[in-house]
Amino acid sequence: MSSDLSPHDPPESHDLAARHDPVYDELHASAEFAELRRRYRGFVFPATIAFLAWYLLYVVLSNWAGDFMGKQVVGNINVALVFGLLQFATTFAIAWLYSRYSNAKLDPLARELDERFVALSQGTRSRGAQGGER
Amino acid sequence: MDHQVLTAVLFLSVVALTLFITIRASRQTSGTADFYAGGRSFSGFQNGLAIGGDYMSAASFLGISGAIALAGYDGFLYSIGFLVAWLVALLLVAEMLRNSGKFTMADQLAYRMKQRPVRTAAATSTVVVSIFYLLAQMVGAGSLVVLLLGIDKENTLAVSGVIAGVGALMIVYVTVGGMKGTTWVQIVKAVLLMAGSALIVVLVLAKFDFNLSELLGTAAAESGKPGFLEPGLKYGIDTTHKLDFLSLGIALVLGTAGLPHILVRFYTVPTSRDARKSVLWAIGLIGVFYLFTLVLGFGAAALLKTGAGSDVANSDGNLASPLLAEAVGGGAGSTGGAILLALISAVAFATILAVVAGLTLTSSTSVAHDIYNSVLRKGKATEEEEIRVTRYAAAGLGLVAILLAIPARNLNIAFLVALAFAVAASANLPSIVYNMFWRRFNTRGATWSIYGGLISCITLVFFSPVVSGKTGLNADGDVVSKALFPLGVDFHWFPLENPGLISIPLGFFFGWLGTVTSKEPAAEERFTELEVRALTGAGAEQAVQH
Repeated sequence: MSSDLSPHDPPESHDLAARHDPVYDELHASAEFAELRRRYRGFVFPATIAFLAWYLLYVVLSNWAGDFMGKQVVGNINVALVFGLLQFATTFAIAWLYSRYSNAKLDPLARELDERFVALSQGTRSRGAQGGER
Repeated sequence: MDHQVLTAVLFLSVVALTLFITIRASRQTSGTADFYAGGRSFSGFQNGLAIGGDYMSAASFLGISGAIALAGYDGFLYSIGFLVAWLVALLLVAEMLRNSGKFTMADQLAYRMKQRPVRTAAATSTVVVSIFYLLAQMVGAGSLVVLLLGIDKENTLAVSGVIAGVGALMIVYVTVGGMKGTTWVQIVKAVLLMAGSALIVVLVLAKFDFNLSELLGTAAAESGKPGFLEPGLKYGIDTTHKLDFLSLGIALVLGTAGLPHILVRFYTVPTSRDARKSVLWAIGLIGVFYLFTLVLGFGAAALLKTGAGSDVANSDGNLASPLLAEAVGGGAGSTGGAILLALISAVAFATILAVVAGLTLTSSTSVAHDIYNSVLRKGKATEEEEIRVTRYAAAGLGLVAILLAIPARNLNIAFLVALAFAVAASANLPSIVYNMFWRRFNTRGATWSIYGGLISCITLVFFSPVVSGKTGLNADGDVVSKALFPLGVDFHWFPLENPGLISIPLGFFFGWLGTVTSKEPAAEERFTELEVRALTGAGAEQAVQH
């Protein structure tokens, strides 16, 4: 349906999302974008599965492995407390790793594609309306 | 009495400071991008502080330390869920949302779907989540002020007056200061909260020569409860309680990234990279804060009386932190104790004000931007009209929250917050994740997942023991109702207090079902655009140049 709309239709043609901008198709088809998406998903999918599994393991052990969690490690500090503090440590570590990874592997590609978008849309778009919906 | 005067003076100082900030911010606000998104001109660090200020609510500061003081290790489980949840926001949501949306949670769905149905659905769940969360904060504010200013708890008029006062303040922050005012209030609050709790933590640890093991040992001994340092004191009673804990754990970890008042904070920075930085700062800040609550909670168990009939137990743990401050300052009656008690109470009050402002702004923005402008006016409202409606909506929602909070003033704060998390995880997170990662996802999928998650969540809660049937013993050992309905009314059939275990999978299931039973080529076509924009920032909303 939306492809029937002419480019002059304002985004207020409201029952539908704003019209598709062809510049995005061009970027989407580029090798750089495919690489960016591969790198992004290559980090966040495994990382999400890992930290959710690690967190659930903690919840399950707290529930059903009381004896193990209650074992003393040093003084009054037991396995449960160490396990809890390790959840803090892994959260900080994953956040830090993701920050480093995205600075090095994602941002340069994203910037390059964004610049190409600006160049392409200045070329093709003489109509004043900026993309994006209200 | 003298500490009450001091407390009152500090409370008024907090109010004066925040109003000053709000009025200053209002002078730099023109247009919707300023009013709703602070001109998208906050730095990653500033926004990180503001996220902390928005997130570390009264339930965290008073509730978690109180839960640890009373239930030992089981209270700490809240902290862990609340923190780990930020990885979902960091990895899957923050940057993509910043790039694809504008002012509200609905924007990223409306980007590729039919505007009216998805905006109506998203605005509905935004308002529902925010109202639950608002209730929790206002109930907390009411009991805090009542206890600290020495007002009689049975004096309904005075308690209602306090709740109405907090509600009126939050309406002023939002209608006058918009997002800029709200953000600065949150930043100031985050700094006050971190500094205040750090001070108490150092004073507590100093009492134990900075030996954590000794603190824990004393806490366990003083609490008089066996297994105080191990999981299970509160949730390990039987399988139902264990499943309840699992349900709570899942709702906490998946709820954060679906909380509308957190999501809109990502719009206040210039780029998605700044959104990422702000989440990193927030994780650091919130992580350190929850480590503080561990010391505060066990410190309260070690240094205060927490048995039946004590002030800590009577307040459901909510007064553990303020009373701990008094104890480490020199004890009741001492000048140091009075100063620290007043200080920490004022910090808790600032905490509540900052959170209610964020919630009210978010929900009224959604009412004006999604419902009024997009659904009713078909996108033709001017910016001035939209902002005017936001102000009316803020006043209206504030009034609703006041009217609901007064009868709800005896409800447990932690329960209301956990419920808000469950609704956010069931109704909001599925559609956000599907929208960003599933090309096939469409309007019917989005509305079914939002309404399906929302309705199943609310239904399960309504038929759970927290609404009817839960009983407990009061200080005198009598059986009393711990549910919303009085003793004797019991129509519950759902055994768990937290619905997340069932309602979150249902939210995902309805999203899938709605999608596969309908076809919407336009939504799939526009996914290409959404994906490019979300990952690269190409065409994303720009910061306002002043």
